[in-house]
Order: sequence, then structure tokens, then C-alpha cells
Amino acid sequence: MPNMSLTKNPMPTQDPKVRAHNFNEVATGYSDETAVDEALRCLNCKNMPCVAGCPVNIHIPEFIAKIKEGDFEGAYQIISKTSSLPAVCGRVCPQETQCESKCVRGVKGEPVGIGRLERFVADWHNAHSAGNVEVPPSNGHKVAVVGSGPSGLTCAGDLAKKGYKVTVYEALHTAGGVLVYGIPEFRLPKAIVAKEVETLKALGVDVETNVVIGKTLTIDELFEMGYEAVFVGSGAGLPNFMGIPGESLKGVYSANEFLTRSNLMKAYRETPDTPIMKGGNVAVVGGGNVAMDAARTALRLGADKVYIVYRRSMDELPARKEEVEHAQEEGIEFRLLNNPVEILGYNNPDDPRDPKNGFVTGMKCIKMELGEPDEKGRRRPVAIPGSEFVLDVDTVVISIGTSPNPLIKDTTKGLEVNAHGGIIVNEDALTSRNAVYAGGDAVTGAATVISAMGAGKVAAKSIDEYLSK
Amino acid sequence: MYKITSKKVLNPTVIQMEIESPLVARKAKPGQFIILRVDDDGERIPLTVAGTNADAGTVKIIFQIVGATTEKLSHKNEGEYITDFVGPLGVATHTEGIKKVCIVGGGVGCAIAMPVAQEFHRLGAEVTSIIGFRNKDLLILEDEFKACSDRLTVMTDDGSYAREGNVTVPLKEYLEAGEKFDMIITIGPLIMMKFVVAAAKPFNVPVTVSMNPIMIDGTGMCGGCRLTLNKDGKKVTKFACVDGPDFNGYEVDFDEAMSRGRMYSDFERHSYETTCNLFREVK
Repeated sequence: MPNMSLTKNPMPTQDPKVRAHNFNEVATGYSDETAVDEALRCLNCKNMPCVAGCPVNIHIPEFIAKIKEGDFEGAYQIISKTSSLPAVCGRVCPQETQCESKCVRGVKGEPVGIGRLERFVADWHNAHSAGNVEVPPSNGHKVAVVGSGPSGLTCAGDLAKKGYKVTVYEALHTAGGVLVYGIPEFRLPKAIVAKEVETLKALGVDVETNVVIGKTLTIDELFEMGYEAVFVGSGAGLPNFMGIPGESLKGVYSANEFLTRSNLMKAYRETPDTPIMKGGNVAVVGGGNVAMDAARTALRLGADKVYIVYRRSMDELPARKEEVEHAQEEGIEFRLLNNPVEILGYNNPDDPRDPKNGFVTGMKCIKMELGEPDEKGRRRPVAIPGSEFVLDVDTVVISIGTSPNPLIKDTTKGLEVNAHGGIIVNEDALTSRNAVYAGGDAVTGAATVISAMGAGKVAAKSIDEYLSK
Repeated sequence: MYKITSKKVLNPTVIQMEIESPLVARKAKPGQFIILRVDDDGERIPLTVAGTNADAGTVKIIFQIVGATTEKLSHKNEGEYITDFVGPLGVATHTEGIKKVCIVGGGVGCAIAMPVAQEFHRLGAEVTSIIGFRNKDLLILEDEFKACSDRLTVMTDDGSYAREGNVTVPLKEYLEAGEKFDMIITIGPLIMMKFVVAAAKPFNVPVTVSMNPIMIDGTGMCGGCRLTLNKDGKKVTKFACVDGPDFNGYEVDFDEAMSRGRMYSDFERHSYETTCNLFREVK
């Protein structure tokens, strides 16, 4: 009998008051019983609308059917046919706008908690499997993947499963890309990312860290080395700043820097090697998921007060609803319809050697109201004259997006990019260069983990078709 | 893991090492830098390449012991390994069209200036070098500079070796005597580079400065290394890791760069002391 409850089984989470002071994972995951109970809400629709909402086409009703039977490993095997990173996707995918938005149960009540079930299955597998992976027979072809973020790992995984010899080149010292430097521990434990990378290595994928493609090696040199196709998943690049006075003061970070210091460089630990400014009041400028991550990280690092400063209203806030709710529960204060105009710094004119000189003391903002809709239909924020005020903060984190990294474009002849610097690809993920494919943020600009994975998947399929000719 | 193939103490606080990294050795050009980590969980620090040996597959680095990480690195010996070594990063020093160059190096910055001077010498340019140190004990690389310079002036702040005074003294003398350099390239403490720029300004000689700000990834991702350039009255944000480390000295906002360089000085002092104490206890 299906479970006809109109609501999802709630995801157990750490108490907001407790979790605001630790870096442990916020959501603790379903138990076996809860997972089966939630799985029973799935009606196993014949036309599978949910699958159409998944960028990597996970066979959702099939894996949920296995959960109903209590065959959790069977469920994992179905997911892993199409997804290389199930434990990651189950945590960070915006399911509410993808698979779950198409779920029939969502017409009346809440959709099936597909994301929560995916996470359950992946975690169950990671906890119980012996780690034995069947290595497919080699097909003799070599492919290079640039970047070990979600698009690169997906592309590498799909190709490895078809017998390709894949080498993934990573610029940083740890594989995972944004999954390790960007998304915080409390949302995606790094041990999970490491486990997914280990699974790929067991499939025969080589991961070379400390290699910057465009510097250490060029795309052309990869071909000279015998790779027959290259996938570029180099991710988003240089952080954008607002261009207002005071952005170079001490205590102003890009979200990338702030998160990298905490996540990749472990600045959140008791005695870190890499410093980060903590304590005091922190303003995070921006309203995306990255802004939520930065704000919640600042809180856990020990900030007294953390503000999200966003120039539009809650309706336009681009972050996932769940992230916003978590942030609010933890005590992040949302200063909506506020736009920064200047960051203020300490300046002691009598003593240029005063150590406090040059540190942030506040951020001047102006209040906004929503005007006419712009070309995208979003109501344009308009400043209210004379409404300036100063927010008392010691640290400012700017989270207003990134621009593509120039390193590969500048060193790869014939690789075309668009006006924003994003690599141009066709529907098969092929760039303007023969045998060079691209996907993820390097193509689209800042987007989601799952859309990058989808692009990695498309590229893997195209590369396979190209090399099988 | 990357092997330390040689280690040489140049002065009490400056150490030269060669690190095995064939891919970097094949590519690195003067002016470019690398990023290394000594051990797991260690911080990433940028160091400018001081030379390469492509045949041996090694990269030479010269560093001053200034903090916890360089202290830890200084305790590593020949034959031992460091965890990470990545590069070459940044844009190589521009050499095209420069026939007569003045290289002005200060302190450990001379380690970075040296391969640049050698490159110009190799390309057949006329090389005038001015290198300065606080005192005789801190002098490094004099013979190397002699070998690649048409003229070399050594300065010490306290006069304990060669000429007394700072590097701008002989630079001004050259310029006042009517020397026409195509380019002055200066590498050293920010305050020294600021004064070199000021000294050159009345003579309208182009000055290239080498910036070495706080960095993390070094590939244009974090933005921590940003600096402000004043371009025709407009403020422009640039990233030392991908746009530099070389910049037009007349455009760089040195005061801001100096202030940003001190962002973590309290933290750094504390962790340096902790690390030193650890090594003392071990002994």
C-alpha cells in the first residue's frame, strides 16, 4: 500500500542553536525505517515525470522501488548507473526545482523526498559496501579531464565505466573542485567527496593534483601526450567585486576566498595554519547559495552577528529555500532591499603605524525599493534617496558571482569564448576546437553542481561517440 | 610529494632549495612563481622561481624565514619531501624590445631579480644591477649578479659592506648622469619599490615592479591577491596571480598593498612563535 501522507518525512537536523557553533553536518539523514516509509509515498508512475526533471536522468522510480523492498544496495546500483556522485547530489541538488518539481505527489501536498532518499541510499552504500568496484575492460583510448569538480568527475566516471583511460588534472592540492573549496563541511562533509573520488580511482581514473592546465601544461600538450579528447571543466573564475570604495580594506573577502580559507585550508580548526578573520560582525553581500554558505560559515567561525545584505526582496533571493530557512533558524539576519555603497575603514591620521589602520569598521548601505520589472521580469531595485545608513561590521564577504578564468582561453588557440568569457559549446558540449569538450561553470558562469554534472555527462557521451567512430 | 634535491643556506635567514618538479622546470620563466605546501593541512605560500634546471627537472627557490611555514620549510633537508608544489604561475617578465635595463633588487627580492637579470643578459641586453641589503651578513648572490651584469652596485644600509645607503642613491646617480634605461625592473620590499618608482619618475623611465601579495590558490579563483591600479585617473582592480606579478610601477597603489600585506600580522607572529617553540622543544 502506498503511503498517502501529504507531507514528506522531515529530514532530521541538528538543533539550530547547537549547529550554529559547529561544522558538523546540519542534516543527519533518514533512518532505514524512515527511508522505506518515504519510498512508499512514490506511486511508481508509468511515464516517470521525475526522471525528465533530473539533469543526469537517474532512474528514480526504479531506485525508490528497491528501497521499498529494503534492497538498499540494489537502489544504489541503479543510481550509480547514471550518477557518479550520488552522496553529493543527494545533499546539494536543488531537487525542488528539478525531479521533485515534476513529482505527481506534489500536485496535492509535498512531492516524494527524492533527494533525501538518494542521499540515504548513497550513505547506506558508503557505510556498508566493501568498496569493491568492477573495473571495466580497457578500450585503449585515453581522455584528459581538466578540473576535478562536479562536471569533471562526472565526465571521468562515465568514460571510465565505458573502458576509457581517464586522467583528471586538478590545479589545487585536493580533488573535488568547488565541492571541497566552496561548499562547507556542514553541508557536504569532505570525507564524502573524498570517498566519491576514491570510487572513481578504483574504476581506474588517475587524478593528478597540482597541475594547472594553461600553465603547467596546455591543452595542445595534452594531445601531444596522447590524449585523444579533452574535457574542460575548469569551473568559475575570478570573483566579481562591486566597484565601490573600500573593497580593498582589510577584512573584505570574496566569498571564494572566505570559503576557501575555511573549507579547503581548514581555517575553521582550532589551530589552523591558514588564518581567517573571525568574530565581530560580518556582512555577506549577495543572495545566492554561496552567500548563504559564507554567512553560515562566518557564524560557525564565531561571529557575533551575521547579516545577509541583498538589494532585492525575499521573493527575488536566488538561494534555495531550504538554505535560506536553515540560515534564518541559525540566526542570520536578512537585510533585504539594502545595497552597499561604501565600505568604511579605520584611519588614524595622527599615527600611520596604528595597527588598526585599514581594517573595516562598517559598511554604508542605501535602502532600495522595487521598481518596474527588467527584461528578465525581475523587478528592478531602485535606491531611495537620502536613506543611507551604516551597518556596524568588521568583516565583509562579497558574494556577487564570478567571471570565467582566463588561463585556458589565453593558452588555447582557436578556443572561442562568449562576451562574458564563457567557453562556447554546441549541444554536444563540443567547443570550437576539434576533440575539445567543455561544461560546467567554465561554460555557463556560476551555476549549480547538478547542471555541471549534467554537462559532464553530455560531454562523456559525445566523447564516446567521437572516439568510437 | 616533491623531493628536495639540494639545500644551501645563503645567509642566516635565507635558504636556497632545489625541488624536483619536471613539469614546472620545463615551463617556468623568469618572473613566474610557484605555490607550495610543506605538509598536509599546511598553508599555501607563493614563492618566485629563482631558476630552473630542465635537464635535472628541478626548480630553484630562495626564501627568507619570515613565518611559520618558511620556518617549517627551513627544517626540511636534502632528500626529504614537501607535500605540494605547483606552477609555474603568473605572467613571465616582459623582455621584448628592452636593450638597456636596470635591475634594482632589495634583500631576498634579489633572489627573484637574479633570474630576470640573467635572462636579459642571455638575450644580449645591457644589464645594470643595483642590489641592496640591510647589512653585510644578509648579502646574497653577489657573484651571480656579477656574472650577468655589465655593471653592479652593491649597497648596505649600514655601510658594513660595499657602499652605504639604499638602492635609490646609485639609481638617481645614473639617471642624473643621463643614463637612458629602456626599463627599470625592481623587486624587493614594497617600501623600497615605492621609492624606486618615485626616484625614476622625474626622468620618465618606465618601471616594472614585482608584487608578492597574500595568495591562496594562485590561479585566479580566490581574489585575495587583488591590488588597485590607478590607470589614467581610474581605479582598476587586478589580480597579482593571473595579471601579474609584474605591474607598471607608476600605477600600483603601494600604500594599499602595504596595508593589505599586514592583514594577518598578529596571527602570523603568533603562529611563527608557536612553530619556533615547537622546533626548540624538539631540539
